[in-house]
Amino acid sequence: MPETPAHNAVDVSDLTVSYREKPVLWDIDLEIPQGILVGIVGPNGAGKTTLIQTILGLITPLAGSARLLGQSPKKALKQVAYVPQRGTVDWDFPATALDVALMGTYGRLGWFRRPGAKERNEANEALERVGMTSFAHRQIRQLSGGQQQRVFLARALAQKAKLYLMDEPFQGIDATTEAALVELLRDLRNRGATALVVHHDLQSVKEYFDWVVLLNIRKIAAGPVEEVYTEANLKAAFGARVPLGK
Amino acid sequence: MTQAQWEIILLASLTAMACSLPGVFLVLRRMTLLSDAISHTVLLGIVAAFFLTGSLTSPWLIIGAASMGVFTVVLVEGIQKSTLVREDAAIGLVFPALFSLAVLLISLFGKNVHLDLDSVLLGKIALAPLPGRRLEIANLDLGPKSTWIMGSILLANLVFILCFYKELKVTTFDPAFAKAIGFLPGLTHLGLVVLVSITSVAAFDAVGSILVVALMSAPAAAAYLLTDRLARMLLLAPLLGMASAVAGYGLARVLDASISGAMATAAGGVFLLAFLFAPRRGLISQWQEGKFRRARLRLSMLAVHLFQHQETPLQEVECREDTLFEHLLWSPGLTRRVVEHSLQQGLVEREKNFLQLTRQGRKLAMEVLQPGQAVFSPGSE
Amino acid sequence: MESWFSLPGLGSVALGTALLGFLSGVLGSFAVLRKQSLLGDAISHACLPGIILAFLIFATKNPLGLMGGAMVAGAIAILAILGISRFSRVKEDASMAIVLSVFFGAGLMLLTWAQQRADSAQAGLTRFLFGQAATLMYRDAAILAFLTVVCLSLTLLFWKQLQLISFDPGFAASLGMKVKGWEVFLSLLQVVVIVAGLEAVGVVLMSALLVAPAVAARQWTNRLGQMVFLAGIFGALSGSAGALLGNLPGLRLPTGPVIVLIVTAVVLLSLVFSPLHGLLFLWSRQRRGLQTRMVLENLASMARGHGSIEHGHNLAMLQACSSNPALVKNSLKELIRLGLAREVAPGLFSPTGDGILLLESPENWQGEATP
Repeated sequence: MPETPAHNAVDVSDLTVSYREKPVLWDIDLEIPQGILVGIVGPNGAGKTTLIQTILGLITPLAGSARLLGQSPKKALKQVAYVPQRGTVDWDFPATALDVALMGTYGRLGWFRRPGAKERNEANEALERVGMTSFAHRQIRQLSGGQQQRVFLARALAQKAKLYLMDEPFQGIDATTEAALVELLRDLRNRGATALVVHHDLQSVKEYFDWVVLLNIRKIAAGPVEEVYTEANLKAAFGARVPLGK
Repeated sequence: MTQAQWEIILLASLTAMACSLPGVFLVLRRMTLLSDAISHTVLLGIVAAFFLTGSLTSPWLIIGAASMGVFTVVLVEGIQKSTLVREDAAIGLVFPALFSLAVLLISLFGKNVHLDLDSVLLGKIALAPLPGRRLEIANLDLGPKSTWIMGSILLANLVFILCFYKELKVTTFDPAFAKAIGFLPGLTHLGLVVLVSITSVAAFDAVGSILVVALMSAPAAAAYLLTDRLARMLLLAPLLGMASAVAGYGLARVLDASISGAMATAAGGVFLLAFLFAPRRGLISQWQEGKFRRARLRLSMLAVHLFQHQETPLQEVECREDTLFEHLLWSPGLTRRVVEHSLQQGLVEREKNFLQLTRQGRKLAMEVLQPGQAVFSPGSE
Repeated sequence: MESWFSLPGLGSVALGTALLGFLSGVLGSFAVLRKQSLLGDAISHACLPGIILAFLIFATKNPLGLMGGAMVAGAIAILAILGISRFSRVKEDASMAIVLSVFFGAGLMLLTWAQQRADSAQAGLTRFLFGQAATLMYRDAAILAFLTVVCLSLTLLFWKQLQLISFDPGFAASLGMKVKGWEVFLSLLQVVVIVAGLEAVGVVLMSALLVAPAVAARQWTNRLGQMVFLAGIFGALSGSAGALLGNLPGLRLPTGPVIVLIVTAVVLLSLVFSPLHGLLFLWSRQRRGLQTRMVLENLASMARGHGSIEHGHNLAMLQACSSNPALVKNSLKELIRLGLAREVAPGLFSPTGDGILLLESPENWQGEATP
């Protein structure tokens, strides 16, 4: 096991975010230690995506603040990888899987430098880790949903980050890819990285994650899965209709 | 004012009203740029019909132009359906090509005809009352021909919209639902395209090609900012169009400039007024409401903050009045103002250094956190 | 017989339109990819009042002064379009249509007003609309060459940034990039190109020159770099070909429309014949894909008939079921390559689990069976 790092992966205090004066997140406090997999769970419109984007500094909060790895978000960005929802980009864009993975190295290159052989190697390695080597030169529209998600993950891997923020990576992908993704997340965790994953399948939360954050505009609960993932908390987050099978 | 001036104002108003009616549906269906394309390509229809019939006044011109409008839309949608090109690019491909073809044909074969480009772009509204352009039956002068044409187009638009009001309304707001209940969204769409094409051709003659777009989009968009009801929009848009026409004519008189250019400018002015001053939707009232909502939001934020930390181990830290601003990341001044406001409203009470929610404040916090079920308190069960 | 190059200035005309075509192909690629094909059209129309105001204020026809006016008007137009759709519920298409037509209308009004005060504005309008490529001189070509070098270097220098904001702005922001700033930068480059082109080729052509080469180039490649380069080449070729053809001795056509028609022809050819996405190719591939699917369906239904997917059938049986027996063998090879069918015993074929799965969820079909 890697030694316990000095800082939390994410410290959020009193975070309130509004969209056009309509609150989307109310007074959130979160402390997430490093080296764990965290599922962020809540009903539609609970503010899961907003939480991730605010943590990244993409949205300016109305009040409160976030710190990543003990630093301000701006300073920490080089160690953070963001995987947006798959639907937010244009898959008809003229780019191959390798091109997309290569974008993960851009953060290290600064304003002017172009990616060279070293970056290309890193991107290829990242593709290999997600099992996409043989598709490296395919245009991204010609990949299945699961393969597209793998490419996104390869891009994040190429960032060599300590903290991964992923928005619904399991949406619309096949079972094989889902299993591979989970395996990869565990591997990342075992190397000491932290991942915050917006997740919507309540059945698999216990299996996939160490921690869970239950969210519905406010924080309902956050902590280790076995303590926090209770029927009462789920009810509080989802209202009366708890879609938990068992 | 002279009779000719009244006739120009009447023609301008009729044109603006006729354009703004289909414009309402274009704005709502996000098709305004298609009208831009149509207003360019009808020129090719006019040229083609002119070469076929050899006349510049035959009704074939209108038919040719209108069918070219429909052809434009069919072409754009066909290219789009191939999935190789997206809609915006498809429009950007089709209309310059057809327009260029028209210009080329004119310059190749039309040098000796009176189809000059300036009048295509500027329109000939100022010439409408001249002799030779008037409708005369049995030596009775019935006014400019263009007025009668525009009037019939306006009437046709009115009749179409009244007859198919239900269909237009449903297919505009929910094409899938419209299809499910047996309406034909495709047919309504086609009808609208034909309407836009015919209106463009007629208006084109009066105000020129590009300004047709102004009259189709600006009054309708202004009406869209003024009301939420389709029926009212259909009433308001022609009125605003007429206002633009009259104001534009005045402006043109003062500057002695192009009437159609001034009408477009006036239409832009009308839209700008709506954009700034429309009740509820306008920039200014949005800004005021934003200020009001921000103030209310800050009250709720304070209430929620206190609510979340009351009776927790962190209460000592989080609910102290003097350090509150650090936690909320507000400036000390702002924090003080919000606290004062909350005290005034009876949402919080001071207790030594701490702030405490009153019952009312607690209710506010719970309503915010659990809309619709204020009785729920976290941690019960 | 007169030859092209004996015509005075034709060399500079062809050079100028080629440079312009190259430049707008390069920058138009980003506009098309960002779904802003029509923004160029709106901006170029909206430049008119700027040009005329500059003419009235500075009382000069100096192209640089007029370009300055056009730039300011273009920038204001962009802000107005973005502002209207951001701060009201009027959508982007309507805000573009309003800004385009109202600015243009205001320009016309100013123009007719100016015409009474200074008669030299007379020919301005048709020139603004269709340009006067024929009057391009080496000095204009030099200005265009300079602009090409500047814009191209900026594009290459900031390639990574432009690629990121065009493909995935959210991710770009997560790297700490100021996405809004880069978008404005890209739009300003576009305004520069448009303004440079108005004088030469006019409004209508300018919008076509931004869109068409990019659309054509997209059909031939799946890489951004190649697309931008190809778009530049298509633009340059159409530009110079149009200039030469339009000025063909004895023909003398307006250059602008000729260029538009040539570049449109390039798009049409690309849409039909490109080996990547071309319609011809798609049709033949679709037919092959259907054929392959039919063979898999036959395999599955025959195996099901025997109650086990392990049950194999030979080629002759499959050919007997098929409407096009000659193609069955290839289809079968394809299925085995994709892991959808296998040879259970020599000469006997059956579907695999994956194959059955695929048939049950047809939405997977497209991605897998069309390599």
